[in-house]
Amino acid sequence: MASRFRQALNSSEFVVTSEIAPPKGINLETMTHHVDLLKDRVHGLNVTDHQSSVMRYPSLGGCLLIKERGGEPILQMTCRDRNRLALEADLLFAASRGIQNVLCLTGDAVPVGDHKEAAGVFDLDSVQLLKAIRELEAGRDLGGNTLDGDVEFCAGAIVTPEADPLEPQLIKFEKKVEAGAEFFQTQAIYDLDNFASFMEFARQYPVKILAGIVLLSSAKMAQYMNNNVPGIFVPQALIDELAAAVAAPDAPKGAGLAKGIEIAGRMIREIRENRLCDGVHIMAIGREEVVPDILAAAGMADWQPTGRIV
Amino acid sequence: MKSITRQKSLEQIERGLSDWARVFIVGCGTCTTATMTGGLEQVLEMKEQLEKMDKWVSGWTVIPVACDEMTAVSIEEHGRAIADAGCVLAMTCALGVHRLNQYLERPVVPALDTLFIGVEETPGCFREVCGQCGECVLGETAGICPVVTCHKGLVNGPCGGTNRGKCEVDKERDCAWSLIYARLKAQGRLQAMRNYQPPRNHHRMPRPRVTRLV
Repeated sequence: MASRFRQALNSSEFVVTSEIAPPKGINLETMTHHVDLLKDRVHGLNVTDHQSSVMRYPSLGGCLLIKERGGEPILQMTCRDRNRLALEADLLFAASRGIQNVLCLTGDAVPVGDHKEAAGVFDLDSVQLLKAIRELEAGRDLGGNTLDGDVEFCAGAIVTPEADPLEPQLIKFEKKVEAGAEFFQTQAIYDLDNFASFMEFARQYPVKILAGIVLLSSAKMAQYMNNNVPGIFVPQALIDELAAAVAAPDAPKGAGLAKGIEIAGRMIREIRENRLCDGVHIMAIGREEVVPDILAAAGMADWQPTGRIV
Repeated sequence: MKSITRQKSLEQIERGLSDWARVFIVGCGTCTTATMTGGLEQVLEMKEQLEKMDKWVSGWTVIPVACDEMTAVSIEEHGRAIADAGCVLAMTCALGVHRLNQYLERPVVPALDTLFIGVEETPGCFREVCGQCGECVLGETAGICPVVTCHKGLVNGPCGGTNRGKCEVDKERDCAWSLIYARLKAQGRLQAMRNYQPPRNHHRMPRPRVTRLV
């Protein structure tokens, strides 16, 4: 049966997803709190897979927790840490526990993380992982052997609409579509005109696009991302807006974050009202508790994800 | 083509030699001379360093090509001094260490780490251009190997970490797929980048790898 998330993607509804990051260790209190706070506010919750190559509680564990709490998990799966046997086995495990949504990622490089001497595996890449998922669905593993029991996945991938140069990323996007990706989450976007021209390209393909919304909390953070995070471009006007919010003499504590929430909400509202794409993926990076505030700022305070099939 | 090496730290070398007071040093006249890690000058410097560690250097030599079979002759010439030593310190690449082990009963301790097989692009700059993986894709990647030039060895195009033509691991390093893209585009062969590359066969020739001509 199609997952709830896939049903939402295929409905007429504007799709909203968010993500949570597992803890370093087994204290799951904060993660559980975030899951409970968000599970009924979005169509699906991503769980990151050792994000930035920092070892954490596993993505699969986080997805099981979401499942137990009645939410809809989206399993992030990178190719950095497992060879094809381990990836396939984890996919079987996920399927057996009702985790059917998978986001296929290459994975950050090992040296950017906290286990700098570890082997980077990359036995498969994101395109090959998508193909592997479709192979498993066809009843075969990558060794060509028959599987006992059917599996079904809603498989997606990522794309970077602000990459420079862009064309290599678009070629890879096409390869991911051909390999079986049915939805895409984008890297953070801030320039909606640029995003609209990306969407003109993406609309040619039978896939759903969720625009990546990364919460900005200060002008400094925006500058940092511009200088250090590949494929992210925050326009100067937004940086100025964030700076002005805290520069006012009567600016309250947390004015930067409040402005960031407002900006994120404003973008979501514009994307939704103009139907620029099929939905948004909200990344609040360490501030998951403000996701409801972002939705409220987008005029979606009373909005409920349902996912009715058209 | 050169076997590229880097000298281990003196602490590591001292630890490697901790069982012996007397040492014979072997350098190589080919790769480690070119990379200045095991030529005449470095061998003499090492002799001084070992003496500071209170080792007695029974002798030294720089073998013309430490990895070939003529090494047996050089070893024989220095039989006496080698016999006086507890071990041999090899300032050769690992191929030389292997060869020395074939001809010597004395333990051979490497002074260098062997990094890669590289070509000299500009004087003094060596680059790994082939990892000898056994599954060549150069025909579809404009002669630039993604397996060794891309940090992650990706064969189906760039990851999301590429930024303005540079790699996420190091802003000074070129992104392999940006290079491949630019060259394929210039050749009017961008289509090659759209070809799906299946997962690589890591056992095209299973290790240990050996070939016999007859």
